[in-house]
Amino acid sequence: MEKVLMINYQKCTGCRLCELVCSVMHDGVSNPARSRIKIMKWEAEGLYVPMSCHQCEDAPCMNVCPVKAISRDEDLGSVTVDYDICIGCRSCVAVCPFGAMNYNVIDKKVFKCDLCGGDPQCVRFCEVKAIEYVDADRVSVYKKRDAAQRLYAAQKEGAALQAAL
Amino acid sequence: MPPLPERVERRGVSKMALNRKIAYIDLTTGNIETRPIPLEVRKKFLGGRGLDAYLLLNHTEKGCDPLGPGNALIMSGGILTATCASATARTHIMAKSPLTNMLGSANMGGFFAPELAWAGFHHLVIKGKAEKPVYIWIHNGEIEIRDAAAIWGKTTTETQWAIREELGDEDIKSAVIGPAGENLVAYANVMTGIKNSAGRTGMGCVMGSKNLKAVAVRGTMDVEIAHPVEALEYNKKFIEQITSAKVNQTQGVLGTPFIWGATNSWGGIRNRNFQYNQCEDADDIEPERIDEICEETMGPHHMTGCFACQVHCRAQYKVPSGPFAGKYDEGPEYTSLGAFGGEPDCKSAETVLAGNHLVDQFGVDNLEIGSMISWAMELYELGILTSKETDGLDLRFGNDEALLEMVERICFRKGWLGDTLADGGLPAAEKIGKSSFDYLIQVKGMNNLHSDERGTPALALNIATASRGSDHLRSRPAIDLYHLPEKVLRKIYSNPIPYDGPLSSEHTSYEGKPWQVFWQENCYMAVDCLGICKYHTVFLGATLPNFEDWPKVLYYNTGLEMTPEEIWEIAERCNNLERLFNLREGLRRDDPRKGDTLNHRYFDEPCRRGAPDIVGSFIDREKFSKMIDEFYAHHGWNKNGVPKKETLKRLGLDQEPSHLL
Repeated sequence: MEKVLMINYQKCTGCRLCELVCSVMHDGVSNPARSRIKIMKWEAEGLYVPMSCHQCEDAPCMNVCPVKAISRDEDLGSVTVDYDICIGCRSCVAVCPFGAMNYNVIDKKVFKCDLCGGDPQCVRFCEVKAIEYVDADRVSVYKKRDAAQRLYAAQKEGAALQAAL
Repeated sequence: MPPLPERVERRGVSKMALNRKIAYIDLTTGNIETRPIPLEVRKKFLGGRGLDAYLLLNHTEKGCDPLGPGNALIMSGGILTATCASATARTHIMAKSPLTNMLGSANMGGFFAPELAWAGFHHLVIKGKAEKPVYIWIHNGEIEIRDAAAIWGKTTTETQWAIREELGDEDIKSAVIGPAGENLVAYANVMTGIKNSAGRTGMGCVMGSKNLKAVAVRGTMDVEIAHPVEALEYNKKFIEQITSAKVNQTQGVLGTPFIWGATNSWGGIRNRNFQYNQCEDADDIEPERIDEICEETMGPHHMTGCFACQVHCRAQYKVPSGPFAGKYDEGPEYTSLGAFGGEPDCKSAETVLAGNHLVDQFGVDNLEIGSMISWAMELYELGILTSKETDGLDLRFGNDEALLEMVERICFRKGWLGDTLADGGLPAAEKIGKSSFDYLIQVKGMNNLHSDERGTPALALNIATASRGSDHLRSRPAIDLYHLPEKVLRKIYSNPIPYDGPLSSEHTSYEGKPWQVFWQENCYMAVDCLGICKYHTVFLGATLPNFEDWPKVLYYNTGLEMTPEEIWEIAERCNNLERLFNLREGLRRDDPRKGDTLNHRYFDEPCRRGAPDIVGSFIDREKFSKMIDEFYAHHGWNKNGVPKKETLKRLGLDQEPSHLL
């Protein structure tokens, strides 16, 4: 079964440990500029949203690549770059609708989330579970449960209000 | 877990992660010099606060004016900053303090220090004075002094956002001052983010005196990890140890207000300056109530954290009502509950949250300003201050409006009293005269945390001897309050240096406390040199990492091989450096203004509230003096608290060491 990263930004504390472990895991150094995941912040409002690759089925980065360096790994469900073929034109960076394809100015290479080969370190280190690694078909079920809970709570509150009238 | 990519292993072999530099910036001449930090220096002082102490001692003249160009403002990260260790977010700032005229030192979380490391630096030594307002811009090894005319006068957050806009990068992190620092309030702080504050000893005032509005940093340079695979795995283990501690789990839900609430419950909180040791009827400012407001205004997930930390002890909130309704802020911490709740006896959450918002925007130490106002309130009720000095303000305890008004008056030096209190406790007591000094709860010119140590000799010894004035984060054995079995205490306190003297589980006892305070002093110094947070060591939790656990973190991340004993010795060396600085600047054991002493009320006025074993307790003068003797002896200091020759020799401080950096 294909698994995906499920991000619940409301749980994110904005600590950026995911960015740190991502760069250590892939490059052996600490440098968020090398991280595949990045927390977008609206500090003045206290809002933090982790952004990473969605591993699209019909991936624009894959479609736009002029030398076919990007392909889908069907076992893992990830979109991967073959650096032996990649010419570094950055077309994929320009076309990604999520900004998930990055460009590293130190190594002069594009880079993206590879799900750490099936054990994403961002997930492993996130104690608050703002990022989870779940079966692709379960995401909507978890969301349904959350929404159902909100509906139920609202209904209960409504009933209590009505009773108080 | 699948094997890590081969290139990680290759890259990591025998790489030394210690290539961050030091920069000397002279604001008078505009001269900037950068140098590598020699390995010899790392082995002696590690980094962070310890190395800062070395730099301060060597880069300032004896008796220098804290607000003059000769004072050195030193900013740093620890040796582990930005590595793959847990919670290496701490920024340390040191200078001669305009508040105490002795050691100035403040520490903050957030994201500044790691960004500084990614920009290529671990230490900045800023001297001189700029002709007009400037800010320093550090980007990937480059340093530039820039005009700050457009941001002078702005609040702390406005300043940070304006710098990002001016330089066009939203990832810039800045350490800034607000209006309080510009107006040279003696306890103005340095801030980063919404509320992370290097609060104590007036480091913001030193920045203001140099016409330095901010230090802005941005870096995308690699910080090498010596053994990345091991560092990653050990970090996971470390985090588990840290997050499994109950105290950290509670911090992650309620933040530091939980400590205030717990301490208040048994009678360890200052109330009405120092008249009572417990704040009664405080339901509206209990941690659970504050948490409710955070949840109501920010939703169920309202805790946030510093860089790479899984404790997430900082709450988010919006001021629920009043003149600042709807304003976003973070906290309030223990100190805001003390400053705007317990001490002035203003028991409303709205006031605490509004006060917290004001100090965050103006950039002033909430702890010090709260204590100063509460002191003034007591003086007002005693008739030492009258409505003439307060310009008609009814400055009695419990007057929430007067409290918030005074915050503004002090930060902008408005009116006689605002201007007087802005100078700090000792000068203000001099100016107010009469018996005002007797009511100032200070050590070395700095006010105490909003805690009351009359029932806890160990904690009293801690604040009296702390190197930066009355302070709990230098050597407080907080676990002394847990009544841990002696066996457990012995396990903690006889490592890494054997100790077979007395240890007592009883917090009212004087037995063995000097050793505990001595041990904690070295523990916290080591933490500050490493650049990690005190919630990750034996501060509030007895099971948290300490000397035994640090050699591995240090080795995997930096390649530096050290034993627990060696780390202990470094901590001792750095504590002695701070002692030498204070002695140079006039510390005398029994001087009520510059010594290792306590306000007379600790000895003369017994606790009136609290748990049965606290009511009626006070500090015994004779026993206290004996504790000080014992404490000095553990250090290898003489009866006057001066390091003995053999101590300095043992620590390699007997010869002029200023050539290193």
